[in-house]
Amino acid sequence: MNLLPSLRSILEELTQRFGTQLQHAPAPQPDELYLHAPPELAGALCSTFYKKYHGRLAAVFAEDARAAEHAFFVYYLYALDAAHGFVLVRVPIPADKPEMNSVTDAVPAANWQEREIQDLFGIKLFGHPNPRRCVLHDDWPEVYPLRKDFDLHTKLPPFTGVRHKFREVEGEGVFQVPVGPVHAGIIEPGHFLFSVAGEPVLYLQLRMFYAHKGVEKLFENLPIPHCVRLAESISGDSSFAHAIAFCHAVERAAGIEAPARARALRTLCLELERLYNHVGDIGAICTDVGFVTAHMHAMRLKERVLRVNEELTGNRLLRGMACLGGVRFDFDADQLRALVTFVDDFEKEFNDLVELIRCNSGTRERLETTGVLTPQIARDLGIVGIAGRASGFDHDLRREFPHDFYDQVRFTVPFFTEGDVQRRMVVRREELFQSFGIIRQVVGKLPAGPIQTKIGEVPPDCVALGFVEGWRGEIFHWIHTAPGNRLARCKVKDPSLQNWPALSEAIMGNIVPDFPVVNKSFNLSYSGTDR
Amino acid sequence: MFETLRQSLKTGVVTTSYPTTPAEVSSRARGRPEIDWEQWKDARPAAAVCPTGAIEFVDEPTGRTVSRNVTLDLGKCIFCGLCADVDPAIRMTNVCELAACLRDELRHTAQYRLNDDGTHHRLLEAPGKPETLETVGRQLRASIQSVLGRSLHIRQVDAGSCNGCEMEIHGLNSPVYDIERFGIHFVVSPRHADMLLVTGPVTRNMELALRKTHDATPEPRLVVAVGACGCSGGIFGRNYATCGGVDSVIPVDVYIPGCPPNPHALLHGILLAIGRLPPNAPRRNDSDAQRIKHALA
Repeated sequence: MNLLPSLRSILEELTQRFGTQLQHAPAPQPDELYLHAPPELAGALCSTFYKKYHGRLAAVFAEDARAAEHAFFVYYLYALDAAHGFVLVRVPIPADKPEMNSVTDAVPAANWQEREIQDLFGIKLFGHPNPRRCVLHDDWPEVYPLRKDFDLHTKLPPFTGVRHKFREVEGEGVFQVPVGPVHAGIIEPGHFLFSVAGEPVLYLQLRMFYAHKGVEKLFENLPIPHCVRLAESISGDSSFAHAIAFCHAVERAAGIEAPARARALRTLCLELERLYNHVGDIGAICTDVGFVTAHMHAMRLKERVLRVNEELTGNRLLRGMACLGGVRFDFDADQLRALVTFVDDFEKEFNDLVELIRCNSGTRERLETTGVLTPQIARDLGIVGIAGRASGFDHDLRREFPHDFYDQVRFTVPFFTEGDVQRRMVVRREELFQSFGIIRQVVGKLPAGPIQTKIGEVPPDCVALGFVEGWRGEIFHWIHTAPGNRLARCKVKDPSLQNWPALSEAIMGNIVPDFPVVNKSFNLSYSGTDR
Repeated sequence: MFETLRQSLKTGVVTTSYPTTPAEVSSRARGRPEIDWEQWKDARPAAAVCPTGAIEFVDEPTGRTVSRNVTLDLGKCIFCGLCADVDPAIRMTNVCELAACLRDELRHTAQYRLNDDGTHHRLLEAPGKPETLETVGRQLRASIQSVLGRSLHIRQVDAGSCNGCEMEIHGLNSPVYDIERFGIHFVVSPRHADMLLVTGPVTRNMELALRKTHDATPEPRLVVAVGACGCSGGIFGRNYATCGGVDSVIPVDVYIPGCPPNPHALLHGILLAIGRLPPNAPRRNDSDAQRIKHALA
């Protein structure tokens, strides 16, 4: 496969610097650069991509290849936005000595993902600032679920509830406020421990992975077509985006592409998903500062989108719509007309909602300068999606790496540098206005033709990367296929996993009562993080 | 202030009158799959495409012939409709009110005598009518219902769901469904609650938290399991990280199938749990024809 010129020049520079230790492996796509490197180079490579090429660590994950290659592989996936390509560095870890050096000090974005590898593969981390367990809580026995010799249905001893030791914050008048995992609202499980002195938060510790359901292991145990439905259940609010990211990966592995009409319909559904989530979030942010009327209008609007979803795809969360090679249901002329009418009408109502919020100066006062995430911290933590765009990271996969029908439509990507709750809300608002335009353009130039490309059994031992800019941010699925239409590995990377640490930074110095609104402004998926 | 008033007046009332009127779901919505048990020729294709094992069968030799027990389990179904795509005997209806008091009510089992090639020769036993079971469940709950009376406080517990169910539960608080019109409130603590509305699958990491929440809820209390994962573990089933459905950890009073159940289905299940479904409300076993008749009446 011909490598993109931009990636070729990077490869040449790297070869000059690292010599023969670095091997170039054939990659499935021209915008992907696959490198094999020895473990001792991992740190240097990671900081080179991060600092020199302004790459973004999109994912770190491992694979148990002991059967075929007598080693574990650790992969570092970098997105190089300027070069319009991805780099995947594969590092072997000897099976008899499962240890690796952490790159977190050089690239802070690796933090949680490295710990996840340690938990799930039993590869011991050295040099990590906080190498404690994360995915498997403290009472778990010494098991490594993503190793091939661990059975999905292993029955573990019952939960004993070993207490997690949080870091201690001490000082005069400092006390701890524990919250969760069962929260006061209707939200997902997670534990937040606030260390506060009076009202301001000194330090927030997060303990996640309460919703760990063994999803990545489950992917290895299902036939590929069933995996699409599993992908829909990774994070309910991003059902369609996750399913399509997975479909992209499988389609690339199989060497097929969804027909133009299917790509256009996928784009419509992705925008509908953005619509209902963004409007819901705008309302929820308002309610967290006491402006319930706006929330009620937003909920009403969200319900309208959910009903449109049901009318178009048979499911309110767009489930069952995605399939390998395209989509399952076509939209007829009446449905498309109704969709455009709906968007026109919805835009009017949404304008009203925007006006309502604008008129309420109290809301604005609460939101501005609240929960600030500075661009520098956002960059270090690799914050993506809405939160990234509110904190100076001008990036959107739909523009940088257009998938589906996004290369056929015009839209702008809003971005700000203030990084407060207000800007995270405004990013959503502006994206909604862009979504209206995208939907109209797609319907206007909807290609005729089939909605599915036939896909047979996916060839074994192929690797492929699928990605989608979901409403929350970029979603990656990396797959390695196995014989019999199965998967040897599926890495799922939801933007939430990357973005959670940002919450700890953004809340620092803010008062505890502002936590709900700051949390809501990120609205991260617990299930997408925990899988 | 004036803008707020203007918009509220302009919007008017948007609240549904469900359950006195039928659920407002699209005719294209995928709800309960309906199987033509008499005409069903072969369960194998549907079982093969079902991602959650909601359609399963066991073949057993009986004498010289082989019989097959096929089960359609609505507690596992995620309503994707893939079975209906491959099997003309299965049709997806838009019936979403599927809540039941007993887990077994969600399982529909039929028995077939098989031909040599594994296709169905004839129907030996059609799925039983589950009403009798439901009557039992209702009687068991009558005493609780009399204590809880007309007001109900709910604590929602996410024991590991994908957040799809949470989104729809949120919808109950929207002005469209407005669950408070029934005197039902979501409360912030299990200590204030009469009912736990639990989504699943219950993960190993949430098991203790769920048990503690249950213990903290004063008796009499009701537990409602929400969604395919809450009812059975759904697509996740039981594995090293999940315990499966809610009833594998705490006793459950009502099961609400769906992936996720829409707000109508949730309301139906909650009202069923407290015995407050109006007598003329569309019921679980209504056929489409009855529903239409009801809508016209």
